[in-house]
Amino acid sequence: MAGIASKHLIRIEDLTVDEIYSVLENAATFKEINTRTIKKLPTLRGRTIINMFLEPSTRTRSSFELAEKRLSADSLNFSASSSATVKGESLLDTAETFDAMKIDMVIVRHRYGGSPWILAEAMDAHIINGGDGIHQHPTQTLLDLFTIQEAKGRIAGLTVGIVGDIYHSRVAGSLAPALKMMGARPICIAPPSYQPDVPEALGAEVSHSLDEALPDLDVVYLLRIQGERAQGLSVPSLREYATVYGMNQWRMDNLMKPDAIIMHPGPMNRGVEITPEVIADSRSLVLDQVNAGVAVRMAVMYQMLGGEGDVATAAR
Amino acid sequence: MSRLQPAKGKLLLKGARCVDPQAGLDVLADILITDGSIAAVDTAIDAPDAEILEVGGRVVVPGPVDLHVHLREPGQEYKETIESGTRAAAHGGWTGVGVMANTHPVVDDGAQVRSVLNKADATGLVRVYVYGALTRGLRGEQLAEMADMVAAGAVGFSDDGHGIQNPLMMRRALQYALVFDKVVLAHAEDEKLADGGVVNEGLVSTRLGLPGQPALAEELAVRRDIALARLTGARLHICHVSTAGAVAAIREAKAAGDVAVTAEATPHHLFLNEDALDVRYNTNLKMAPPLRSEADRVAVLEAFLDGTIDALASDHAPHAPQEKELEFELAQFGTVGLETALPLVLGELVAAERLSWSDFVQRVAVAPRRILGLEPVSLAAGSVADLTVFDPAAKTKVTKDWLVGKSKNSAFLGWGVRGLATEVIVGGQRVLKEGCVVV
Ligand SMILES: [Zn+2]
Repeated sequence: MAGIASKHLIRIEDLTVDEIYSVLENAATFKEINTRTIKKLPTLRGRTIINMFLEPSTRTRSSFELAEKRLSADSLNFSASSSATVKGESLLDTAETFDAMKIDMVIVRHRYGGSPWILAEAMDAHIINGGDGIHQHPTQTLLDLFTIQEAKGRIAGLTVGIVGDIYHSRVAGSLAPALKMMGARPICIAPPSYQPDVPEALGAEVSHSLDEALPDLDVVYLLRIQGERAQGLSVPSLREYATVYGMNQWRMDNLMKPDAIIMHPGPMNRGVEITPEVIADSRSLVLDQVNAGVAVRMAVMYQMLGGEGDVATAAR
Repeated sequence: MSRLQPAKGKLLLKGARCVDPQAGLDVLADILITDGSIAAVDTAIDAPDAEILEVGGRVVVPGPVDLHVHLREPGQEYKETIESGTRAAAHGGWTGVGVMANTHPVVDDGAQVRSVLNKADATGLVRVYVYGALTRGLRGEQLAEMADMVAAGAVGFSDDGHGIQNPLMMRRALQYALVFDKVVLAHAEDEKLADGGVVNEGLVSTRLGLPGQPALAEELAVRRDIALARLTGARLHICHVSTAGAVAAIREAKAAGDVAVTAEATPHHLFLNEDALDVRYNTNLKMAPPLRSEADRVAVLEAFLDGTIDALASDHAPHAPQEKELEFELAQFGTVGLETALPLVLGELVAAERLSWSDFVQRVAVAPRRILGLEPVSLAAGSVADLTVFDPAAKTKVTKDWLVGKSKNSAFLGWGVRGLATEVIVGGQRVLKEGCVVV
């Protein structure tokens, strides 16, 4: 079995290119298993995983939980509402408490960038970053890469436009550097108010015009626009954003390469960054991304916890 | 009963390298201190009844004064007290500290100034100079009662911790400070433009996924305050300069010569840049203003070397572990600095022959007293005997154990420093002996 050298997955850069490809390869096997009637494998039996979601999240948490169940791990949910953090216990105290319980792995979602490091330094467990502030969300990136590879047959050489509020997007924070590592060409497409402070730090090019960039794109990756961040300071209105940067039928028909694909990490704002017709188009792979999420997370946990035997054996 | 008293009797420093640009001195000599004042500086002084301190070629300078210190008392004694903070100051080689008003309660009236001075008198190991708040409660809305505070002994005014955001408020504060000929120490930050950023806006903010604040948030505030100082004629001192833009603004103002502006730099902005921040998210490197780019650091350093930045100041900002062992965005701003500031400058700049001993004395002892309008201290007969002996060769590693202050949140933990204070004498009283604080 191909392991992962880094103990933790906090930044996408914690993985090598080869490790990313091995995750994608194992994920393909798990994806096939996920189509069977009986989807459960004994691989992580006896291993304990905590899903520490200190910020609300349904999708990512459900995806991790399903992945854990299908690998037969024992998992425990610790969420913000039930957590001691609201009673004034610090993240460090929480980490030390769980460390004393001998946990194998923690999936952490947190409001602030870099927080998973506090767990990594205080605990023996492997830490997987389930999204930290505006920093990174590496497993989202792995499922995105999986979806791109499956649809386009490759990653290297592709031009990928990331469109939206990139500054506030941990999804983009992992995806752009990953694409660069894999030999693709990421472009941040947004008005300057939504651009990262230094897009080059993410390995990305910059464009202020979707219409200019769109004809070059093999992948159109749309980000959720949060309403409260679009009320007149960063962009004038959601309506105007939709006009200038929204993906719609006209842009799809007239500017997009016919074989380009459209992706979105969800949840979507229908009619803002993406119109219902685009969502319904066969080139929109939003549900494929969700589907890949479980398989990719199974692969990551499997490789990080060193499940018994290789995936092929496990799958028999 | 006052802890610091003009020491009775005689103390003779033998074989000192005396450095004092005010007296035009850089010579080997003896210094005789009598009843808290310097009685003579001469070769081979003979004073049979004096206590003898063999200096053995180490360097004696007029006592350094740290313009920018947070001692946290009253109200946050768990971080630092006047007693523990002045011990740290003595350990670091300072004979005096200027203390900021952002305590709990805020030092914004005469009674508070008197209370801090009384506590300093009772427990302080070095001299404590008190700044009053410019505005009540540091809220930037109403002027604080400066006359009351001046009468109680305040030497300057500052809302440090924040900049005053409203330009009219700042204008009025500068105008009113002019009445008392007191300096206004400005924390220059345009908070709207800074937009809650916790690190410098740039490569590192993007890489670490932390909200950044642009260098311009400082430069704009500095340019505004200089313009207001020009308009009002008040004396303005810019705290903790961290950006090339602010340096340029100060340089231009000084060249124009029509405004009374001075400035300070901290060791962390002189010797660290934002690249020190890595995936470990070390919260001891979170300070306001934040660590900036290498280009900014070099600009600040050059200005410090050429005197555009007049003084060194530590911005000593002690915090307890529970305020630092947190998510980066939640951790408090600040690093302790009293104990490392002078050794860092000695090791990194003086030993490296980038800053002369004479200019060192200018930056740490002469300029701070001039900025605050204090009586000059000189290595000359008649001067009060506030002085420090440095051993340029003495080395240490900065560790939590080496720091004597109450809080250990140093940005320089793990650094090796060369050039330590071995003796600190305040009003003739020895408060640091052979590198150890006198209990
Ligand atoms: Zn300040």
